[in-house]
Order: sequence, then C-alpha cells, then structure tokens
Amino acid sequence: MDSITVLMTSPMSDYLETQLKDRFNLVKLWTYSSKTDFFKHNSHSIRAIVGNTKIGADAELIDSLPELEIVSSYSVGLDKIDLRKCQEKGIRVTNTPDVLTDDVADVAMGLMLAVARRVCECDRFVRRGLWPKGDFRLTNKFSGMQVGIVGLGRIGSAIAKRAEAFGCPISYYSRSEKPETNYKYFSNIIDLAVNCQILVVACALTEETHHIVNREVIDALGPEGILINIGRGSLIDEPELVSALLQGRLGGAGLDVFENEPEVPEQLFGLENVVLMPHVGSDTVETTDAMADLVIKNLEAHFLKKPLLTPVV
Amino acid sequence: MATEDNEVEDHRPLVLIHHLPSFKLPLQDRLITHFRLFDSLASPEASSVRALICVGPTPVTADNLDHLPSLRLVVGSSAGLDHVDLAECRRRGISVTNSGDAYSENVADYAVALLLDVLRRVSAADRFVRSGLWPQMGEYPLGCKLGGKRIGIVGLGSIGSEVAKRLVAFGCTVAYNSRNKKPSVLYPYYANVHDLAVNSDVLIVCCALTNETHHIINKDVLTALGREGVIINVGRGALVDEKELVQFLVQGEIGGAGLDVFENEPNVPKELFALDNVVLSPHLAVSTPESFEALNELIIANLKAFFSNKPLLSPF
Repeated sequence: MDSITVLMTSPMSDYLETQLKDRFNLVKLWTYSSKTDFFKHNSHSIRAIVGNTKIGADAELIDSLPELEIVSSYSVGLDKIDLRKCQEKGIRVTNTPDVLTDDVADVAMGLMLAVARRVCECDRFVRRGLWPKGDFRLTNKFSGMQVGIVGLGRIGSAIAKRAEAFGCPISYYSRSEKPETNYKYFSNIIDLAVNCQILVVACALTEETHHIVNREVIDALGPEGILINIGRGSLIDEPELVSALLQGRLGGAGLDVFENEPEVPEQLFGLENVVLMPHVGSDTVETTDAMADLVIKNLEAHFLKKPLLTPVV
Repeated sequence: MATEDNEVEDHRPLVLIHHLPSFKLPLQDRLITHFRLFDSLASPEASSVRALICVGPTPVTADNLDHLPSLRLVVGSSAGLDHVDLAECRRRGISVTNSGDAYSENVADYAVALLLDVLRRVSAADRFVRSGLWPQMGEYPLGCKLGGKRIGIVGLGSIGSEVAKRLVAFGCTVAYNSRNKKPSVLYPYYANVHDLAVNSDVLIVCCALTNETHHIINKDVLTALGREGVIINVGRGALVDEKELVQFLVQGEIGGAGLDVFENEPNVPKELFALDNVVLSPHLAVSTPESFEALNELIIANLKAFFSNKPLLSPF
C-alpha cells in the first residue's frame, strides 16, 4: 500500500509514525514551512488523514484534499474533526475508543486522590525539607466521598466502577438515563453538582457541552467541592474556574486538560489545592501502542475494502 | 437531718495517658466524660491505674511497666505496636489493643494514591506543568498502565485487604504473603516475600513491624521484583532496607517507589529528592479527621469493655 498517501497532522507517536511509514507513503504536515507549500505538493495525493487532539481535520483541510477518503483519529475525542463535512462528503471517520478507557479512568482517580489527600503537596513538603520542622496537616478522607460524573459513557463508567471500590456513592448526569446501573441519575448538571463532593467531567466536547461547567455549576459544587476534568478543556469555563479557585469558592481541582493547551493559566501554579497534568490521560506505553495499532488497522481495513473496526462516520 | 452533699461521687475509671512530650492524643477532651485522666508515671496514681492509652509511637517499656503494678490494659492509638514491649505485656498478663479498622480505609486510599502517582507520574507531571515547561517541551514521558499489574501485598491484614479490594477494581490481580495463609481468601498465597516479589510487578507493604519483619524488603526481594518493579510502603520504615532501596532507585535497578514511612523519620534520604519516579509523604496515610474520630470511638469502646469485663474490640 505504499502508493497510498497518508497525512499525519502532528508528531503524536514515534511508533505510529514508523508503522505508517512502513505501510504507506507518509506525509508529515509539520515538516512544511507554510500551508501553501504543503497544499502545492500534496493536495491531490492524500487519501487519508491521521489526526489527534491537537490537529484533526477541519473544514478547510477537508475541502483542500479532493482525494480524501478517511480520517483515522489517534484519539477517542472527535472535537477536532468536522464530522458534518465528513458525512456530507462521504469521508469515513474512525477513532480509538476502549483501548484507552482504563488509563484515562486511572488518571481521573489519580487526580481525585491527589487533590483530596494532597499527595503532590505532601511530596513538595518533604522535598523542601519541611518535615523536620513540623507535621503536615490533616486532609479529608477520600473513601466514601460522593462522586458525581458528567457523562456516563465508557470512561465515566470505568471511573464509577473504580470509585465504588472506595465506597464512594455514585451519581451522574448524562444525555440519557442509564437504568441498567444502580447509580443515581440527575436530569441536570446543577443538581448533580449540589449533591456531590467530587464532580468529574468525562463527557465528549460538542457544541452542546461547550462550557457545560460554568460559574453556576462551580458555585453549586462549592468551597468544599473538588472538580476533576479528564475530558476536554473547553467543557469548563476556564477563566471562571481560575477565579473560583483564587477566591476560595471552589475547594480544589484536578485537571488533565485545558482550553488552550499547552497554555495553562499561570495563576494556578501557586495554588496548593490543584493538581495539573499535561493531557496524559492515555499516555502509557501500553495504551499509546494499542491506539496506534487501532489507527493502522482501521486504515488497512478501509483500503482493503473490509469493515472498519471503530467507525464513527 | 439530710447532709448537703455538693460533691458527686466520681465513678469514672482511672486511665493513664502515656505520651512523649511532642505527641498529643487527638480528641483527648472527649475522654473526660468517661474517664479520669492523668499523664505522669511519677504520679501516686500510677500504682493503682489499670489501663493506659499509649499515644502515637510513645514506647511502652519493661521499665515503664515496673512503675505500673496494677496495669492490665495497654490501649494503642496506632495500627502498628512495634514501640510496645509486647513480650513483657504478655508475661505480665497485660492485654493490648491497637487501632483496629479505624485507619484501614485511609491508609488503603493513600497506598493506592501513591501507586497511581508513581505509575502515571502525577506529582512529576504537576511539577512539569507548574514549571511552565509544557509549551516549551511539548511532550511528556509516558507512564505505565496500572490495569493488569500483578500486585503483591505484604501483610494481608485489615489494611492489606482494603488495598486489595480497591486495586481489583482497576483490573489488577492480587497475591499476598502473610504470617499465615488465610483459608477464606481467594488470592494466591506465597509463603515468603521473595517468591511473592518474583511473581509481582508491585509490592505494597502493609504489615506490622516485628523482629521477624525488620528489613523484610531487602536486596534479595528488590532484585526479585525487578527493574520495572514498584514498591509502596505504608507500614513502617524499617520494614524496608532503606539504604538498599535508595541504591536501587538511584541506579535505576527498580521502577519506582511510593513511601509514606522511613527508617529515621522525619529524615528522608536526600538522594530521593531528585528522582521523578519516587513519591514521598510525611507519614500521614492515616491523618484525616475521620480517622481520629473513629480511633477515639474505638479507644472509648475498648476501655469501657475492659472496665466492665467484656471482650475487647481490637485486641492485638
């Protein structure tokens, strides 16, 4: 298949890059100095795009590649892909669900525990040599805290299963109620926030869910509440989040995603009640390889005219 | 003529609060409703007191016991009792209680928190972001998947069981070593820690410190655990040969460590401060208000049981 030209949008995985190079004619978007230069050389040969959470396939890119047949995303999130345009033009879209569910859920739990028990702050306390001067203070018990999940999909459910093992009562807000679970459903996010101590944002980013966690929700969660985001930065109104934390209106936050990655509001750097990670939810050796394998399998299936493994469109 | 009696007779049993100057019993004022308290071995009441509360790691020695001829109960306020001369207590017919289950969930929570932090680099990632390096450096080193890891629990007591229960929900498998095999437990049992280490990716140390378990995690065990192995210690510092562990970590011969306890607290080997695959905490796995509430209730319950000749709730 090395006559088939595939476009990789950004440096997302050395392993994936090697696999793509071995199988296809690989074009790397970031090696071009300008868009015009890129389009001049490639616009009529590219038949597939491999995108990720940084650069997907927006309308401009899709429109400029007349031979485009498939977008295979190295992510489960689809917010960087113009799905409507793909549907209109009959372009297939695949993503990487399931393989990363456990790792993302694990980071959500890691953030919850780290914020509730101040793990990072304690580590800083010891490394700064403060322990001989006096003990650290008490932190709140994690087991039994009420956990509210926004979006009870694969990742949300995996988080619920883990939190249950700590005796945490689970409640959720989702597009639809899931009667097969025993968890308590709330029909709106404010009621969910009022009734939980830890609010975990685990839903997809769409036009409807943009800033779903706004000032009202943050205030409902309150000064003892903890907000965890492993979804997409824009699910939360970030400036409102920052001011709530600075003013003590929110108890704490654990964030793996931000509105404008890799930029993170600097006012958060001085706060002890936040834990910040650079969008690493699926970043383990095992899972990144599994995601890459799934991207490759989807591309191969498409070009061999076999059924796609994880189609979205 | 009735005599006016202004003094109500004090029926509260006498209890000694045995504590080093720097250690205070949390919520001590709650005990006063139930018990008459004093805190000095030099007090004349030492000769008649039948029960003492041992605060934190305050040692209870044979010499102390010589000053307490009527003592029949030592109530510990920690899970571990390595600071109490248990052999002497046994010899003198003195019962001992510990903190039972009061801390177990909190310690288990912290053990899991440390493990997640080491494998997924939570604290290291937080440092990376706060230093403003993300826009400059873009990528961040990959972590290790927790799901599917083989967890070896050293000491499947109350704390070890709570750790196991949590990690099973993350898709881990659990095996253990304990003083005795537990017939009601389905996890695979290994008769010694070395064999457990050979068959584990992670060792979580939750056992009591005794003469037998001193340095139970030694060079041999660390080697058996392997270059990708992770050690979590929420027991006592001296369960691990700290010098060896530091060498292994500095040389990259082990994957990482999460440590809440150390051999010579509050001193922590400085070589660890530069390592990103190590997470350190100042012996506070138990330290939540909920733990101390639960402990207080248990102490009162044990003392009340003792003074009314009923079975103790958390005999050691």
